[in-house]
Amino acid sequence: MSAPAQTPMAAGEGAASPTRSAGRSGNARLRGLATWETLLALVLLGMLGLGAATSPDVFLTPGNFTNLTAALMEVAIMALPMTLIIIVGDIDLSVESMLGLSSAVLGFLYAEGVPLEIGIVVVLAMGAAGGLFNGLLIARGGLPSLVVTLGTLALFRGLALVVLGPRGISKFPEAFTDFGFGTVPGTPIPWPLVVLAVIAVVLGLVLHRTWIGRQIFAAGRNKDAARYSGVRVQRMKVALFVLSGTIAALAGVILTARFASARADAGQGMTLTVVTMVLLGGVSIYGGRGTIPGVVLAALTLAVLGNVLRLANVSAELQSIAIGLLLIVSVVIPSLARQVSSVIGSARRDRQPPVGVAEPGEVSSP
Amino acid sequence: MNVHRPGRLLALVGAAAIVVGACGSAATPSPATPAPATPAPATEAPATTPPESPAAAALNIVFIPKAVNNPYFDAAAAGGKKAADELGGTFTQIGPNNAVAAEQIPFIQDATTKGYSSIVVSADGADEVAPALKDAMSKGSKVVGYDSSPAAGAYNVFVNQTDFSLIGSSMAQWACDLAPGCTGEIAILSATATATNQNAWIADMTKALADPKFANLKLVETVYGNDDPQESTNQAQGLLQKYPDLKVIVAPTTVGILAAAQVVKQQGQTGKVFVTGLGLPNDMKPFVADGTAPAFGLWSVPDLGYLAYNVAALLEAGTITGAPGETFTVKGLNNDQPYTIGPDSVVILGPPYKFDKTNIDQFNF
Amino acid sequence: MAAETTVPRTGGPGVGKRMAGAIARQRELSLAGLMVVLAAFVAIQAPNFLSASNLTQVTVVASIIAIAAVGQALVILTRNVDLSVEAMMGLVAFVVADLLKFDVLPAPAAIAAGIALGLVLGMTNGFLTAVLRVPAIVATLGTLSIYRGIDFLIAGGKQVTLGDLPAGYTDPARATILGVPIFVLIAIAIVVIVAAALRWTRAGRHVYAVGSNPEAASILGIRSGVVVFGVFSACGLLAGVAGVMWGMNYGTINATAASGVTLQVVAAVVVGGVNINGGSGTVIGAGLGALFLGLISNALILLRLSQFWLQAIYGAVILVAVSLDAFLVRGLKRAALARRSR
Repeated sequence: MSAPAQTPMAAGEGAASPTRSAGRSGNARLRGLATWETLLALVLLGMLGLGAATSPDVFLTPGNFTNLTAALMEVAIMALPMTLIIIVGDIDLSVESMLGLSSAVLGFLYAEGVPLEIGIVVVLAMGAAGGLFNGLLIARGGLPSLVVTLGTLALFRGLALVVLGPRGISKFPEAFTDFGFGTVPGTPIPWPLVVLAVIAVVLGLVLHRTWIGRQIFAAGRNKDAARYSGVRVQRMKVALFVLSGTIAALAGVILTARFASARADAGQGMTLTVVTMVLLGGVSIYGGRGTIPGVVLAALTLAVLGNVLRLANVSAELQSIAIGLLLIVSVVIPSLARQVSSVIGSARRDRQPPVGVAEPGEVSSP
Repeated sequence: MNVHRPGRLLALVGAAAIVVGACGSAATPSPATPAPATPAPATEAPATTPPESPAAAALNIVFIPKAVNNPYFDAAAAGGKKAADELGGTFTQIGPNNAVAAEQIPFIQDATTKGYSSIVVSADGADEVAPALKDAMSKGSKVVGYDSSPAAGAYNVFVNQTDFSLIGSSMAQWACDLAPGCTGEIAILSATATATNQNAWIADMTKALADPKFANLKLVETVYGNDDPQESTNQAQGLLQKYPDLKVIVAPTTVGILAAAQVVKQQGQTGKVFVTGLGLPNDMKPFVADGTAPAFGLWSVPDLGYLAYNVAALLEAGTITGAPGETFTVKGLNNDQPYTIGPDSVVILGPPYKFDKTNIDQFNF
Repeated sequence: MAAETTVPRTGGPGVGKRMAGAIARQRELSLAGLMVVLAAFVAIQAPNFLSASNLTQVTVVASIIAIAAVGQALVILTRNVDLSVEAMMGLVAFVVADLLKFDVLPAPAAIAAGIALGLVLGMTNGFLTAVLRVPAIVATLGTLSIYRGIDFLIAGGKQVTLGDLPAGYTDPARATILGVPIFVLIAIAIVVIVAAALRWTRAGRHVYAVGSNPEAASILGIRSGVVVFGVFSACGLLAGVAGVMWGMNYGTINATAASGVTLQVVAAVVVGGVNINGGSGTVIGAGLGALFLGLISNALILLRLSQFWLQAIYGAVILVAVSLDAFLVRGLKRAALARRSR
């Protein structure tokens, strides 16, 4: 996000050691990421153990696996393009509303007699168009992504309500709802999980193994430097928002299938969970760092956490507190660790960057 | 990129652990595809349930209301708990913070996983919750709907608080009684626009209003307060602004009627604009006393919960299967007369109560 | 992007400030003008608009949002954001109502306790952001969940209704002095005080400095951590005030009180001309923004438009406001550069 990239207030990742050379900081960053993923994996394993201990008969069953993965399915799907967007330094708050708009339009078209296949294509195209709208305003127009997507968050949701009103469309064909609610034959793996896995693998490969991915990281670390070295930052950002919009629309289709019902208020409140999932996955809100595997781990962790708590009859409010705490702790611990080590390091080096100074290169010019 | 490996390996291990654990343990794979959602004749579960899920102890019953922040459902829970104590079973209530189907479904699924013997549910969305409920039934749980019905075929029995049409015609009558000379503008303040029960009541009220004796009552608008006190307040205020000649606000929602009564009183419109609909006696006592809402209705909400629990118990015992035409008796309800299960496996608690000055102090919920 | 982020090569902070002032005045005036036009339109279509009771309702609710918006504006001016506003308001509203329901405290003490609670919640946000250096978005996202969760826990599914409150407790929401609702007077007073503090005190100048140019601010010796902690605490305090007023206005409070308010508050601030990148904008603009949004909502109801259009209109308004902002800034920047290059 361009705004926090200039915010010196919270160190988050990186502000404590501004003077490391590029090469060494690269390694340090990789090491930092591996530590984060490891930590998450440990937490996940711990929670699996907790689940097995508190609800021994039910936790490790195929049915539970299906439920566990189903609960956060659409959130996890939308978290993947969100990861890329946050790494590049922006944010897309409108995903939940595009999901709702997609569900509403799909239901509307289906109720009007349009075949479902055509409806799905239309809706995906609409998602791309919405993403394009966001992308143009943000990348071409130079407007802050936080505010633009806040506006489209409201706008898309409003359009969904206008299109479908308060009603719900149901009675979808069985093949459609089987896809949503059913599992791959012989396994407890829900079909949508397959979609999620495919998207995760593709985006993971793109981000971590291709030059596109390197460009995304570069643009996130330093927009101007990236531009000067030939990265078409604007074009890339537009493409990322189009991707986010399309996948949000896809998530809307999946949600509609899963619930066998199209509603204009579908997905309400999901954006916060998506952002939580991405941040929990070790992606820095300032951009420039993060991994897809980390976000996948975070998705699993949140899903398991919710499941374990529900099975133990922990009330929803305690769950919400737990997630909030988890989010904060996940950022505080690395930040504290860095501050401690930088204090020790600078006490040795006798040099301390002043509080509140943005990292060089992070103060971007308009 | 070597440094990624430790983390990635652990991630794969974690994911694999879940999958292996899931596949490796427990008996029969669950049939995941639900039956088609067409209204089917009532007979669903067999009389005795083969326990497919682990430890399906009898009378281990869970209530899943539309949302847990609602005094109406707490009142029903009180009735359910009383039944549990009498029958020697257990009572648990879980549910989402918001009356949203998407939030309710994970609770249903987890209840299924935990193998409760019966699930008593008030559906946030009739069709949305159907697959999860059918899944529960296929795994041996009984499903009893209460207050707001899941789609037909997704429950064994639905305990309806009262006949929809009775509510609709009652509300029309109360509006007529309150509007001077049964003449004038009236408006409806509803809850959420998608709630099955709301829409049914409103539809029936509109039908009732077509009767010639209500010819001088004009229904000007239906607005939605979403069962949210603030939104209901805003909408009620809006009604007063838009229709200065409004005579009656009909709010078939306990949240809405309270908000409307408060607004009318605070605007000093008591006696000029009347409020009626469905409300909780404890909420409405002051407004009955001062004439803002001289008459309104409901049913015994604790009895609703009590009946639902008993129906679940009867289903578990095999005394009934939910087929239309079956009868059963629950002591303390319906004057100890038998209930008859109607079409679509619906049981009706009883006629709505009308609360007014003469009787409201007798009730405490 | 805001012009204020670069250190101007000539003219020092004065150029930035002058530009900021120009934009602010433009925005306030155009907002005020727009509101007059909208009000006139609605009044013609629905004469009820001008009735005392309607105007009272609109302005009272707008006042509550405006007070929360003032706090949010302070935070945004320092280049942060506070997403937890609605949870703070809801928690305070419920706690105060609960205290009154169970006769734990008399009304004035309960109100003071509520405001104090808001301050504590805001200080927690400030601690996370300024001391623990958690990015504001993350911290307040977390506290949004935590505060709301605490709210649900305390409420336990219960609600407090009008009958549970002391007689006359909700009267101040409707009371007027010389025809002006008391709540509006309180909101105006708060806006004026905060605006004055921002303009004429050193602390106020520090807020703008930290938001518009953090490097220059630290070089000047401004302790940004203190400033940030201060604005978050102020935001919490004001959210507490707004929460108390919310309770007085609505009477019935449950754990979901004030849900969705964050969007309204941030929208009011943005529409009011406060730049999301920090450093420019006024709390007067934020107050006007709140009033403007309240007007729109009221207009929808009175003009009998479907309540489902409201969200779409909020969204469109935000997008228009922020685009206008950008065009204005760019236009002014071009003018300033042209001037400098002469």
